[in-house]
Amino acid sequence: MATVEQADAGPDEESLKIVYDATCTFCGCVCDDIDLTVKGHQIVKAKRACVLGNSWFLNHNIEDRPACLIGGKPAAVEEGIQRAAQILFDAKYPLIYGLSDTTTESQRVAVGIADWIGANIDTTTSVCHGPSGMAFQGVGEVTCSLGEVRNRGDLIIFWGSNPAESHPRHFTKYSLMPKGMFVPNGRKDRTCVVVDVRKTKSAKAADLFIQIKPRCDFEALWTLRALCKGIELDPQVVEEKTGQPLSLWQDLMNTMKAAKFGVIFFGMGLTMTRGKHANSEALLTLTRDMNQHTRFVCKPNRGHGNVTGADNVVSWQTGYPFGVNLSRGYPRFNPGEYTSSDVLARGEADAAMIIASDPMANFSQPAREHLARIPYVALDPKETPTTRAAEVAFTVATYGINVPGTVYRMDDVPIPLRPAFDSPFPSDLEILKGIERRVKELGRG
Amino acid sequence: MAETFIMIPGRTSKQGCGISEGKFGETYQSETTVLQVAPQDMERLGLREGDRVRVTSEDGQIEIDIKPSKGDELPPGLLFMAYGDLSSRLMGGDTHGSGMPTSKGFDVELERLD
Repeated sequence: MATVEQADAGPDEESLKIVYDATCTFCGCVCDDIDLTVKGHQIVKAKRACVLGNSWFLNHNIEDRPACLIGGKPAAVEEGIQRAAQILFDAKYPLIYGLSDTTTESQRVAVGIADWIGANIDTTTSVCHGPSGMAFQGVGEVTCSLGEVRNRGDLIIFWGSNPAESHPRHFTKYSLMPKGMFVPNGRKDRTCVVVDVRKTKSAKAADLFIQIKPRCDFEALWTLRALCKGIELDPQVVEEKTGQPLSLWQDLMNTMKAAKFGVIFFGMGLTMTRGKHANSEALLTLTRDMNQHTRFVCKPNRGHGNVTGADNVVSWQTGYPFGVNLSRGYPRFNPGEYTSSDVLARGEADAAMIIASDPMANFSQPAREHLARIPYVALDPKETPTTRAAEVAFTVATYGINVPGTVYRMDDVPIPLRPAFDSPFPSDLEILKGIERRVKELGRG
Repeated sequence: MAETFIMIPGRTSKQGCGISEGKFGETYQSETTVLQVAPQDMERLGLREGDRVRVTSEDGQIEIDIKPSKGDELPPGLLFMAYGDLSSRLMGGDTHGSGMPTSKGFDVELERLD
């Protein structure tokens, strides 16, 4: 089947275009089976998209805004590129941050700019699964692709993750409902367990919901680690620490050992709560332990469309996934020191470039207050609190809707984008290449 | 009188749709500026939907309207709100060496504003 075809239209109607198998880049599921009906500069239908994907596709039309603002006033794009490059080049401690909602092609240019100017580069990973990234380095990750989950997973555990709200097609496309090679009856062949402090929408899809005490994920995971190894535990202490009786944890462990292919998807319920990387590490280690009994894997449920790509690109270019400082001419990695929340909250960065993210809405107050004090450049298809306060703001074309390229699904599988219509706005890639060219010129004097 | 709760900011599908519609639009603004309280806590404290409360964490303070959480989604003692400007105002700058501020499961004081 052709990727794009013109649909029949009446004599008075603007012609419709159908884009088959378009890729949704709203969340980490990166569904690449969406059929888009496009009318001019507007997507009017997104077949098979979830509620989030539908909103993503139908609301990214061409807005009537300047392509570039300098100090809040409309300016030529080339002038914006010159100004942006100068801000970054003149800085003593420039920060480049964001990158999770743009193509891998743009991400690699952003890392290049960081290298040229000796910047600190960080991605939104540091405030979602950064702690998991630290845990991966500590204990490793027993993992698999979502295709394996679909075809093999007979026990699916969601821990501190609520895909019914954040990844609405997760259940139907990958983890619960599909009929797979070794789970031919789909949902009937799978057991689903949800562990959370709230009885979320996802809990309603579970065969077993375990409501744990807030801030006790670490204790609950270590209870399971002990049971996995057959260590005797005091029932009173377990119930006091986890909020659930030892017998329930023992039943869960029995179910886990009886599974043929167990999967744990985990979310920010683990990484954002007290314990952070220690929580992720406990879950990764439990997964490793389980492989003494049966096949078990785990995966973080990643949020943004190409946050996994950001991890990959920053890793392949610097050796580290996020929180990388290049000021000495070689990469240094240290979460807590070179991560953006810290660099801003401590008042260290004296200029910044924010690509496809919104720290002015999502960061802590001290970090936001410092960002508002320094000159920074922002690239985003939409107007956000971050673009509003930027010294130089570029309105860019939307990746996946206007811009081709590659994104990485949450299981590290690269997927091509199939754009629906052209945008009059430049892409992130064009702006970043322009800034890279200019900082190189400035560097040569 | 102020009472201590545990705050769990998080993602909702309505907040996600609001991001695509635009952060200054009605969907995002309405979803990120309301605090969900367990019905049992609302009854116990004599709170009604639409009441305004002050929420104070170790690092910040906000004023926000409340609504009851759906069914038994939220156990008593926990509060929920969608990620956004207001939830970020309650977070501190310290990441304890992890890069991640404590963004879920932190203590807050809740008091009714008359």
